[in-house]
Amino acid sequence: MAKKPSKKSEPKTDKDELLSYYREMLLIRRFEEKAGQLYGMGQIAGFCHLYIGQEAVVTGCRAAMKDGDQMITGYRDHAHMLACGMESRGIMAELTGRSGGLSRGKGGSMHMFSTEKHFYGGHGIVGAQVPLGAGLGFANKYLGNGSVSLAFFGDGASNQGQVYETFNMAKLWDLPVVFIIENNQYAMGTSVERSSAETELYKRGSSFEIEGIQVDGMNVLEVRDAAAKAIKHARDGKGPMILEMKTYRYRGHSMSDPAKYRSRDEVTKTRSERDPIDAVRHQLLDKGWADEADLKALDKEIKEIVKDAADFSLESPEPDPSELWTDVLLPVEG
Amino acid sequence: MPEMNMIEAIRDAMDVKMSQDPDVLVFGEDVGYFGGVFRATAGLQEKHGLHRCFDTPISEGGIVGIAIGMAANGLRPVAEIQFADYIYPAYDQIASEAARLRYRSNGDFTAPLTIRTPVGGGIYGGTTHSQSPEALFTHIAGLKTVIPSNPYDAKGLLIAAIEDNDPVLFLEPKRLYNGPFDGDPHAPAKAWRGHKLGDVPAGHYRVEIGEARKLQKGVDVTVLAYGTMVWVAQKVAQDLGIDADIIDLRSLLPLDIEMIEKSVNKTGRCVILHEATRTSGFGAELAAQVQERCFYALEAPILRVTGWDTPYPHAQEWAYFPGPKRVGNALRTVMEA
Repeated sequence: MAKKPSKKSEPKTDKDELLSYYREMLLIRRFEEKAGQLYGMGQIAGFCHLYIGQEAVVTGCRAAMKDGDQMITGYRDHAHMLACGMESRGIMAELTGRSGGLSRGKGGSMHMFSTEKHFYGGHGIVGAQVPLGAGLGFANKYLGNGSVSLAFFGDGASNQGQVYETFNMAKLWDLPVVFIIENNQYAMGTSVERSSAETELYKRGSSFEIEGIQVDGMNVLEVRDAAAKAIKHARDGKGPMILEMKTYRYRGHSMSDPAKYRSRDEVTKTRSERDPIDAVRHQLLDKGWADEADLKALDKEIKEIVKDAADFSLESPEPDPSELWTDVLLPVEG
Repeated sequence: MPEMNMIEAIRDAMDVKMSQDPDVLVFGEDVGYFGGVFRATAGLQEKHGLHRCFDTPISEGGIVGIAIGMAANGLRPVAEIQFADYIYPAYDQIASEAARLRYRSNGDFTAPLTIRTPVGGGIYGGTTHSQSPEALFTHIAGLKTVIPSNPYDAKGLLIAAIEDNDPVLFLEPKRLYNGPFDGDPHAPAKAWRGHKLGDVPAGHYRVEIGEARKLQKGVDVTVLAYGTMVWVAQKVAQDLGIDADIIDLRSLLPLDIEMIEKSVNKTGRCVILHEATRTSGFGAELAAQVQERCFYALEAPILRVTGWDTPYPHAQEWAYFPGPKRVGNALRTVMEA
């Protein structure tokens, strides 16, 4: 079932499309850089997991989704929300724990949602979102709404038992769900080799008859095409697929990670040779779809969006103390 | 005696036991090579080898399940669950297997395993990195649940837990790892260095499971607390000039009810503190037992100061945390009754 894709011709794209991917990825990167800065300044407390390096995965997947398709992920979630079109202001203000945050300060970095944008979180427990993703798919199938859910999780989460319980049910009932393993090679400080008997994670669905594909997660077009294939498969009623996105995070697992489990050279090498944003940048320039001035203007525009989000996140007031008690359960009428 | 913070004391306990007993193994997520997210196992892999201190996949149910099998077959595993908030996938194994093996096998099999896990808030972890789930475990017959509040007790209790022939859940209040925390997040952080209970003997010693510690003697009111809350209690009592009899439970199950009973019969007043949510919290059990035994000695209703019945919030961490103000109000209320 599981297979590595054979090398095929270069994925098709056009100017507008590629520029939009570039823009999306750059927004994620600049947003995350700013979040890292605010963390360093003590404006963000607690946990903060940055997505820098992995931008092509969520950007490519989002490009393959249709309106109404859902996304659910783990705790490294800021980028997924940006990709879903959630407001950068609301995301940043949740990081700073303000009333303008998407969860009004209740959730923090790992716990944000948007019904409007079909983003189902933001989950702080490793792997716990995977069964939920299948449940979203179940509801899609039952309701006959034609939507597909994308459940993102990491290489670390791929060793959770509940992931396999989910694989079985998802295939047994041919649910319209796509499992996306963002294999950034380290589950916090433990490499895939030190945690996994089978390191080719796209094979993990083999015994459930779930087709798996390994994808260069640093190449936004390859990601998009693989996601399109898997989403179509799911939408056509053929059940789930697994996409293993081979990617890399440049920063630590969280902000308090000494990163002694990998060498500086390894990080530098990946950055210089496989960076997903640089790759698209070169493509844009090579094809003559943008020049340096265009890209500079775009960069400036994005920096302004991010600065606006950061300003908002610092100006937004702290949540009112009464917020502590809201949304625990539906208020009792009467 | 060497001075240690709570992390060092916990690490030292494992080191002592690993040195004494080749059947003691330490493992969990990022425990080996990385040395644990809170560094509790740093250096143990280098010293005792890859076969005795090792990393596991992120599989809490599997970690505990495998530990039970190891324990039933002659080893003394010490498994780490990185945050208590991650323990729920292992709950089935803890409740239905570890805690019940002895009973079900008519005493033939036991599960001498220790599960270490950090609990409590104070680091802006939000709902999934701040919880105090102790009451879910004290509800299970066949399992011991302990929670130290200082380095001295942490080391002695952990050694006793590892040597125990039944499963022990060892809860580590993460806010206390580096120093005693008295509930004011804006005050400069205190260190264990220089603190009486940061003096930790080298080598082997035990703090017996089931024995509470009288943190301070007093006659006005009995305060029952554990983990982080004992330091809040002490500071508040001091600030209010209340001569409180403060009991650090240390062990929730088995419970040192004799010390509690004696104290409440003496003071006639009782305030119970915990960080966990209120409803069905361990405080409810304590209140029930105190009134069963001390009803006629009580001069005031027993009060509980706890976390609110809400999920642990991110931004409003300190509105949730049962801090000095709420503890002070309760102490004053029982004193005025």
